[in-house]
Amino acid sequence: MTDQPERKTEEDLFGDYGLVPGIADELFDANGQMRPVWRRFVDRFARLTPEQIRARFERADQYLRDAGVFYRQYSADPLAEREWPLSHIPVILHEDEWEGICTALSQRADLLEAVMADLYGPGRLVSEGHLPAELIAGSRQWLRPMVGIAPRGGHYLHFIAFEIGRSPDGSWFVLGDRTQAPSGAGFALENRVATGRIFPERFPRAHIHRLAGFFGAFRDAMEHLARGPGGRDRATAILTPGPSNDTYYEHTYIARYLGLPLLEGEDLLVENGQAMVRTIEGLQPVGALWRRIDAAFADPLELDASSQIGTPGLMDTIRQGNLAMINALGSGVLEMRAMMAFLPRISEVLTGQTLALPNIATWWCGAEAERSFVQDNAARMLVSPALGCELPHDLPLDTVDGSGHASLNDWLAAEGTGLVGQELVSLSTTPAWVEDPETGTGRLQPRPMTVRVFAARTPSGWNFMRGGYARIGTSDKATALAMQSGGAVSDVWVVSDRPVPQFTLAPSTGDFRRASPGILPARAADNLYWLGRYVERAEDAIRLIRAYHLRLAATDNPNDARLKALAAFLEGYGHDLDEPIPAALIERIVQARYCASKVRDRFSTDAWNALGDLLKTARGMRETARAGDDAARAMSVLLRKIAGFSGLVHENMYRFSGWRFLSFGRALERADSLTAMLAVFADPEAPQGSLDIAVEVADSVITHQRRYRIETSRDTVVDLLALDVDNPRALLFQIQRMRYLAAELPGAREHGRLAALSRAIVPLESELSILEPAELDSECLRSLREGLAQTSDLLTAAYLR
Amino acid sequence: MIYDIKLRIDYDYEAPSDHTRNVLHLLPDNLGGKQRVLSRLLDVRPPPNERRESRDFFGNTASSVSWHYPIDAVSFDLVARVERLADPALLDISPPLGQLRQEISEMQTLSADAPHHFLSPSPRIAEVPEITAFVQSLITPGMSTARLVETLGHALYTRMHYDAEATTVDTPPAEAFAQKRGVCQDFAQIMIAGLRGVGVPAGYVSGFLRTFPPPGQPRLEGADAMHAWVRAWVGHEMGWIEFDPTNDQPAGIDYVTLAIGRDYADVAPVRGAMRSAGSHATTQSVDVIPLDGA
Repeated sequence: MTDQPERKTEEDLFGDYGLVPGIADELFDANGQMRPVWRRFVDRFARLTPEQIRARFERADQYLRDAGVFYRQYSADPLAEREWPLSHIPVILHEDEWEGICTALSQRADLLEAVMADLYGPGRLVSEGHLPAELIAGSRQWLRPMVGIAPRGGHYLHFIAFEIGRSPDGSWFVLGDRTQAPSGAGFALENRVATGRIFPERFPRAHIHRLAGFFGAFRDAMEHLARGPGGRDRATAILTPGPSNDTYYEHTYIARYLGLPLLEGEDLLVENGQAMVRTIEGLQPVGALWRRIDAAFADPLELDASSQIGTPGLMDTIRQGNLAMINALGSGVLEMRAMMAFLPRISEVLTGQTLALPNIATWWCGAEAERSFVQDNAARMLVSPALGCELPHDLPLDTVDGSGHASLNDWLAAEGTGLVGQELVSLSTTPAWVEDPETGTGRLQPRPMTVRVFAARTPSGWNFMRGGYARIGTSDKATALAMQSGGAVSDVWVVSDRPVPQFTLAPSTGDFRRASPGILPARAADNLYWLGRYVERAEDAIRLIRAYHLRLAATDNPNDARLKALAAFLEGYGHDLDEPIPAALIERIVQARYCASKVRDRFSTDAWNALGDLLKTARGMRETARAGDDAARAMSVLLRKIAGFSGLVHENMYRFSGWRFLSFGRALERADSLTAMLAVFADPEAPQGSLDIAVEVADSVITHQRRYRIETSRDTVVDLLALDVDNPRALLFQIQRMRYLAAELPGAREHGRLAALSRAIVPLESELSILEPAELDSECLRSLREGLAQTSDLLTAAYLR
Repeated sequence: MIYDIKLRIDYDYEAPSDHTRNVLHLLPDNLGGKQRVLSRLLDVRPPPNERRESRDFFGNTASSVSWHYPIDAVSFDLVARVERLADPALLDISPPLGQLRQEISEMQTLSADAPHHFLSPSPRIAEVPEITAFVQSLITPGMSTARLVETLGHALYTRMHYDAEATTVDTPPAEAFAQKRGVCQDFAQIMIAGLRGVGVPAGYVSGFLRTFPPPGQPRLEGADAMHAWVRAWVGHEMGWIEFDPTNDQPAGIDYVTLAIGRDYADVAPVRGAMRSAGSHATTQSVDVIPLDGA
């Protein structure tokens, strides 16, 4: 085989690669020569047939779908999700170039730390005229309660990111600093795994620097911060705003990846100047929080009073030096665009050095000379609010339109101090796979890109993640980079000429240390408990609705006494049987999924997907199902899907406390619904055929036939569905299960005695163990239901708040 | 003038509230040549598990209190003796509005007294175009900033009706302005919005006002209330001046300051978070008694 056919393929690939004159390209240099760092990748890629390319891309997309990677889209539906927009071709940079970037950004990171320390300390930069006071005082991100507080561990910034781009001359520059709570590092890990599905060959993989080492070092640094000078063991956790945040998936992913608890503000409370997590085992101290919430929301008492996601008193723990925040509250002030206008000068003032990597040229229009300069050069400027934090390419190109002013000059005259001009920059392009919407054939086309560089502070200095994240435009316009408007994200490969050492998060030494299962926050336990209850409640409803439609199909008479009894019973749970698939059933599944969404870091992606599938199917059926046979069949489909979820949980979930709460919820709900059903359908006054309904809904038809070989009677039914300890569809079985589960929970015994929860379950179990079927009358059933409700209250009081 | 001040605030929660935490702005402070605190005692009941005093950004004493057990009622009792010194008579040497911007930008500091903190919208005071237009209609050519402050205070006093039923503690200034009704908090916040709207730094002052019983009648115990007024920065020569739009007068020797901030949110006497749902009721009684029996 000669080189000939390969070269031909390569020409096909790049034949119409439309290099833009005057703009740098990652793949080709200014003379149109391929950069050597891409050579080996391109050789490989060019060998793939269009079918192979398509199949490999699909593999990556399938991985992301299966893993449940999503990006929340801001829209009317708070849980609307969008698939992760992976651009399949990586950006490739040589390690020498990357090292240069990181060295320069390390200087910038130290500068940002120094500015932060001054803004919340002596305020010299303002009093000596290097930063205008009105800019800082006007920023909502400059948090007055933080002034004068020394951060635990001595530093304000611990985890930051830089958005960088390449100029036409090939050099790099900074478009924005992300110092509040930068997102993307977790997505970078997923980019890497997905891209690995496309390019699994040893080369390129062996030559790409790994990402895992970065996270390992950062986790160690956080744990070090959490321990603090006293050396006491305190937890490190991630603080999330919750499932409606656009990058919530990433929070759950990183929490799982690093083995850190994922907390919301209500999981914490402050006692004696110490932040504590409410766990099922009481309050546990926290020493460091990697916050993904905006600082102002962290404490409604001292910061934004309208915050629903904060923890009252958190500022106080910080003031007393008992809690390290990653990053310090108030670090968002560094993100304002106007800061870019002053940082180059501040660098010289504070360190005597110029910035090794320039930032985007920026002029603050509050000063007269700068304002006229922006006016005179309006054609190559983007004017925008000075205090804004968006990256330049996330802004609309014509910002004047949205300003309420007729012209740029009017705008500058009216609001000059509130505006900045930023040079319109050309970003470099990098190859992206573009498919012709009509023919479906793909080819490589240049698209604008920026790279996000993540840096984490470790005891030995700034540590940079090697690659992982670039934003790729969907058209050749630089503004098409924004993810909300359809921009894509690709992996960044930092490659070496030699194979690089491997690294994983697992400790490499021979010492085997069994990690403790970690803390279970009370709120997570609560969501797992209710997830169990809602799933069981949905299953019960599905079985009852099926029983109804089976009989409707057989009789075609909605006035049949049994049908009326079923409809009345279901109505008590909010189900309206005039609808083949009642809205209330969808509502149950939605509730279950909502609880699940709050604990996604705690159970498998497969189980989560099973719930999503169940909901999607049920919603679809609601559109089409007709009363009778059709609806009964639909219910059977839903039953199989819900069994899929239960199976995944039962077979795969580790038996830690979280699983126990989920299981307890299911057991209690099933016990309760069995009791309610027996009270109605095993009532001596119930219409004929009611006992068969009870046996059918409890999925015990076959057992009943085999066991009693006679028709149903009240005694046989009560015997099988209430008193049989071997029937998982019997009351006693479920109550015994509750007792077993309760015994495994923390604090199940106090001073050699059973705790209140177990003490409430034991009498229910004993009563059912000794009763004869005839003795279990409606009065008995009513008091059993009361006992179950009390059990739920006791569980809640002991563990869930 | 020396005052004996008594303040009591009671909260009743409908349901017991667990892990309640409050930040209080209830302790008066020394204020340079203007106010001296001779004694102050704040009693909190039931006794909190934690209590500490600190200075907030604006220099006010803030008390942080919290209870580790459920409480269904809480009371705050302040007893203080404060001397209010007379303000020196000042000539109006404040610049006209046109020059103020320049003077502000020359104040390159972020200290608590810097005018910059008091120009932008704050948590409870947004920019209200109607109020700004109202202020603009009052400005005459060459009018000094201090004169504008008094003119605006007087204009609001004339326009607004004092009405304790018309607004709540959460009514935004725009709404109170539109309905022309409200209490001292509304008067103050409208005036602040208006001053900021035309570029005058303005802040919120909470405190006490000595009241005078009708002639021939005894002072009624506990009949006074907490009060609020406005401070405005009128150039580097005169600095901050204080005006009370509710009573159309400068806030002079009859006024005792409790706390200053950008708006009510910064100085709320009791800022608190309750974990349990359920409304709560408050009652308040205030006595401001001049010691020299005047």
